[in-house]
Amino acid sequence: MRRELLLAGAGGQGIILAGVILAEAAVRQGLFAAQSQAYGPQSRGGATKAEVVISDREVLYPRVERPDLILLLSREAYGHYGQDVPATARLVVDSSFVSDPAPGVLSVPITETVREKLKRIIVANMAALGLVGALAGVVERSYLEEAVRGRVPRGTAEINLEALGLGYQMAQRFMGVPGC
Amino acid sequence: MKTILLQGNEACARGAIAAGCRFFAGYPITPSSEIVEAMARELPLVGGSFIQMEDEIGSIAACLGASLAGVKSLTATSGPGFSLKQENIGYAAMAEIPVVVVNVQRFGPSTGMPTAPAQGDFYQTRWGTHGDHPVVVLAPWSVEETYRLTIRAFNLSEVHRLPVILLMDEGVGHLRERVELPEEGELAVWERPKPKEPPDLFDPVAHAGEEVPPMPPLGAGYRLRVTGLVHGSDGFPSESPETVAKLLRRLCGKVEGKPELLQAEEEGTDDARVLVVAYGSTARGAAAAVREARERGLPVGLFRPVTVWPFPEARIGELAAQAGEILVPELSLGQLSREVERAAGRRVRSLTRVDGNHWSPGEILAAIEEAGGWS
Repeated sequence: MRRELLLAGAGGQGIILAGVILAEAAVRQGLFAAQSQAYGPQSRGGATKAEVVISDREVLYPRVERPDLILLLSREAYGHYGQDVPATARLVVDSSFVSDPAPGVLSVPITETVREKLKRIIVANMAALGLVGALAGVVERSYLEEAVRGRVPRGTAEINLEALGLGYQMAQRFMGVPGC
Repeated sequence: MKTILLQGNEACARGAIAAGCRFFAGYPITPSSEIVEAMARELPLVGGSFIQMEDEIGSIAACLGASLAGVKSLTATSGPGFSLKQENIGYAAMAEIPVVVVNVQRFGPSTGMPTAPAQGDFYQTRWGTHGDHPVVVLAPWSVEETYRLTIRAFNLSEVHRLPVILLMDEGVGHLRERVELPEEGELAVWERPKPKEPPDLFDPVAHAGEEVPPMPPLGAGYRLRVTGLVHGSDGFPSESPETVAKLLRRLCGKVEGKPELLQAEEEGTDDARVLVVAYGSTARGAAAAVREARERGLPVGLFRPVTVWPFPEARIGELAAQAGEILVPELSLGQLSREVERAAGRRVRSLTRVDGNHWSPGEILAAIEEAGGWS
């Protein structure tokens, strides 16, 4: 089993942190994982990409070569990574930023939902993480929650976990992933 | 063994502390800054000292001072900062001061692309400072190996009294992956030779015949002369042809012709008709490609130098004699391939890349198939 996941958006959206937490949850669960990233020199704005490879065996090549799941959280990221997607990859976009994706692309209002329910879009990355966790289906939610607690700034675990839960709810509501 | 998700740069800092490093001076620079951050956080907890200096030159200079006083010292940087450190790397080689310098390679020249991976400093680590000089360069390909090689870098630096460079790249430094770190004390930690005699009986001339003379710490009462000028065994400057040649040959002899310094990993090299040579993060894609080729029954092997300087030329020469084609993927315009050609005594297939991306297994596999005539 090897799963390759690609998350991309704009700098400041917390894409890399979401990738790190996903990889850490996989390791906590006893799996192998590698996480890498590509981003520009600026800390806000610019394109940011986090790659996570999860496997039941040692990960030799730690980067995404044939993605199974692509989640795009900005218009620029959609323009860059949303084209020529291999047929085997599942492509999901945040419709809060990508208003007119190509037919067949799964569209979920991640950031809008977080804004509406939690009033703090800074935790939208955790909703994205919940969505990815639910769709990838290889890391159990309890390990993701553990990893969130261990990695987010002190005093923010609850709102981050709420956002994670929203991601699982969206997976069920928009994509019919059962048992979330 | 403790299984965790760890970043390459964090592993470097942990390895340094496990090796007994208790002094860090640095100036943060992407993609090495996490080493600086981790050392700032962790060193005070083990009784060590951290100082952020005004620049990279001051950083290595402070490390040399601390090392002279007997404290294992580390500095970490990337391309632009590594260029600035060259003068004092030479000083460390000449004055025989142990120090470990980490260079997490990024895209250059100049400020280049701070967050993009590259392997363009391969020759600079060997020949960056002027004059013939000894240096050992170790290049990890994984987070776990970064931890182990950081300890080895300190060990070699201490016992041979020379600068050792840990040559990482952005692809290893910023990679986070599952690691199993050894328990404290599981890996051997070596110390520099110190004089057995007390300060009043210590005479450096008495140690003139030793390849690595003992090094008393400054401030312990020993009389110690330290200079970047060519010097005799008494530490005083000399221009006597005999003294000069003897010193330089002894210094460089610490490294040249020492097979025990060479570490490398091989896979499938016994029957390889196509041999792939790669180091650092590029070797991850190369290894995946070689494994896939072998699963298809193709006679393909991988040689991965872990010690990149001194260069493992004897082994590459042996392998070149039996392999048909040699393929060298790297993130530069052919630095490693040039050295492999020198060792192999013939041309190789150089896979150069300078677009800020990594070689993927698929791309390397395609080159393997072409080289072997299997495509």
